[in-house]
Amino acid sequence: MAHGPAKGLSRWLFTTNHKDIGSMYLWFSFAMFFMGGIFALVIRAELFQPGLQIVEPDFFNQMTTMHGLVMVFGAVMPAFVGLANWMVPMMIGAPDMALPRMNNWSFWILPFAFALLASTLFMEGGAPNFGWTFYAPLSTTYASDTVTFFIFGVHIMGASSIMGAINIIATILNMRAPGMTLMKMPLFVWTWLITAYLLIAVMPVLAGVVTMMLMDIHFGTSFFDAAGGGDPVLFQHVFWFFGHPEVYIMILPAFGIVSAIIPTFARKPLFGYESMVYATASIAFLSFIVWAHHMFTVGIPLTGELVFMYATMLIAVPTGVKVFNWVTTMWKGAMTFETPMLFSIAFVILFTIGGFSGLMLAIAPADFQYHDTYFVVAHFHYVLVPGAIFSITAGVYYWLPKWSGKMYNEVMGKTHFWLAFIGLNVTFFPMHFSGLAGMPRRIPDYNPLWADWNMISSMGAFLFGAAQLLFLYNVVRTILSGKKATDQVWEGAEGLEWTVASPAPYHTFSTPPQVK
Amino acid sequence: METKHEIYYVPEQSKLPLMASIGLFFTVFGLANWINEISADKDGSGMWVFIAGLAFFCYVLYSWFGTVIDENIQGLNSAQLKRSYVWGMGWFIFSEVMFFSAFFGALFYIRNIALPELSSGPTSEILWNNFKAEWPLMTTPDQALSGDKAVVNGPGENMANPGLGNWLGWLPFYNTVILLASSFTVHFAHTALKRDNKKLFNIWLGITVALGAIFLCLQWAEYSHAYHVGLTLDSGVYGTTFFMLTGFHGLHVTMGTIMLLVQFLRSVFKGHFSHHDCFGFEASSWYWHFVDVVWLGLFIFVYIL
Repeated sequence: MAHGPAKGLSRWLFTTNHKDIGSMYLWFSFAMFFMGGIFALVIRAELFQPGLQIVEPDFFNQMTTMHGLVMVFGAVMPAFVGLANWMVPMMIGAPDMALPRMNNWSFWILPFAFALLASTLFMEGGAPNFGWTFYAPLSTTYASDTVTFFIFGVHIMGASSIMGAINIIATILNMRAPGMTLMKMPLFVWTWLITAYLLIAVMPVLAGVVTMMLMDIHFGTSFFDAAGGGDPVLFQHVFWFFGHPEVYIMILPAFGIVSAIIPTFARKPLFGYESMVYATASIAFLSFIVWAHHMFTVGIPLTGELVFMYATMLIAVPTGVKVFNWVTTMWKGAMTFETPMLFSIAFVILFTIGGFSGLMLAIAPADFQYHDTYFVVAHFHYVLVPGAIFSITAGVYYWLPKWSGKMYNEVMGKTHFWLAFIGLNVTFFPMHFSGLAGMPRRIPDYNPLWADWNMISSMGAFLFGAAQLLFLYNVVRTILSGKKATDQVWEGAEGLEWTVASPAPYHTFSTPPQVK
Repeated sequence: METKHEIYYVPEQSKLPLMASIGLFFTVFGLANWINEISADKDGSGMWVFIAGLAFFCYVLYSWFGTVIDENIQGLNSAQLKRSYVWGMGWFIFSEVMFFSAFFGALFYIRNIALPELSSGPTSEILWNNFKAEWPLMTTPDQALSGDKAVVNGPGENMANPGLGNWLGWLPFYNTVILLASSFTVHFAHTALKRDNKKLFNIWLGITVALGAIFLCLQWAEYSHAYHVGLTLDSGVYGTTFFMLTGFHGLHVTMGTIMLLVQFLRSVFKGHFSHHDCFGFEASSWYWHFVDVVWLGLFIFVYIL
């Protein structure tokens, strides 16, 4: 294990190295990000004006569905797993992931799973068109045959996630260098430990719900069919029991990344480390008892509405702890504003906006008005785009010099930030207004009342998409011809990953370091 | 704490993960095609793709486990690596627990929320012709509404508890006894191994495998009986939950039996396992205890209550 990478393609196909696998995850996620982005731009192009201009309504539905599925399962989740692969072993002083071959298996399932999913676009009946939440009976009774491929795609993608999560937990619990106690771990490691727990807890539930769909569609069972004594609402319960922890799976590692970056550029240690750990654990716990807030209008009993409403509002407490800790970390710090820091500060501000609209949605009586409008779309894009996507972007800029040994172009990075920041707000902020004015989600044509907001949103979306091309160009240019980076890279950065050379050697910490 | 000279074994490049992914892909791709062909009543190649994919996948897993066992015999596995396997198996079993939770949760929801809702108020009076639910659900809402023209019909008989006095003639009771007993026998095997009594270990392990196989045969007999008396997968939500819960449990017992059988063959023919090196056996036995606990849940919530 002392030698370097193998030559040629076999290095990537057969590798057991956490850095190779991390890179593959990240590139895969990047590709899916562009694919999902193109789907989103089809949606925004159609919605540029009222009326049907570009696509048929059924294809429009396929686009909204595929955009959601690809972004959630193809772009955001694999990106975080890629970052975990690269950074967790280096942050805790481990020689590699705990189970290196299974690690590569977790990755290589993904291209096959998404090939299965994307191939439905070219099949008779088309891709899934029932929304990324695939509610029954739209996804069962009224779905085309291709739903079977969707179901099995979800199955193997879930297997990949579970194996990836098991690997991360085993690595964190078993592979820490001597002296690296749990409460000394970087927050990114902590958030991933808790995320991995969530993944193992809820991905099997997702497998369960798609299995129930499969049986209802093909084998005559009655899970979601009232005629046989079942209930379509059961689908929503099982799905959201998975779905709500899932949205925290997409945000907790983001908290970890931002908690690494802000102290570096504020040149102060993270404020309230312990409270950050406990807040993360509290959020994870609460994520299991709030799922029905996605279902306020489905006809659940009043007691249920109240319980889920209050439980949901409780999440604001640990989340508030985190936001205040980040702000306090920056308070009176010697701040500089390199690209990762810009993305992180934007994360704190915009994620908070998304959190506040979440609080509005948590109020059951108010949610009756907002439900299934563009207000909801605005809310979850405000937590996912500046939340998950911005933090991943920040993480890539922050650690790219360590990975590649080269420094990215700062001017281009900052340009990317400002274009993305403006594009994002121009796209999603107007959706609050079109939503409050009553515009429903998932419609290809709409009342001219909402035309102005939609036109602005569409222009913002194309700006945001163009900004990502700059990101791609910057990353490629850095790897090919960036200036040499120092080992320390960032003046204020602390942690084991900065003690190794840039680029990080193929094998780090074959002998564990001693952590004081 | 680990000692200084222990090195964590990071394997060289391996073709196994990619091959496993290919196998898995063809398994599910073939299965999806096959299922669609069955539903559309068409002929096609789906079944053969599925079988070929599954065979290749099993072959890859066989090679993979073989590689791991060889590495262990060569002494490459440090104590720390073995702890990784322990964590891995533990969390895998937790994921299985959550998979079953989804189905137990569905059963709970249907009995305590969906059916009471269907049999009360305007839902029952206006939509379903005064449908009243009982459990096991013998008459579906569809039957209450459409009578003989119903599409979803209830079962002819059910498998519920016939009363304590009749347990001796009730198959699930025997299955419970068999599976509980097998949890003890596998524990006895473990105890024997800890005392390095390989002969006794083989005997108890062999008995455990046999009990697993008997359980599966009885389960099969119960299924044929059920289909014979008109309790099928599509006989309303009772048939749905009954077959899905017991069926997934049966699949897991099959897996567990195969796992224990492999350990038995390794012990008898290859002489593997000693009291300080028996993870393959221990992991299989944890899995076995897990399927046993699931059965207790099934026995209580599917059969008795």
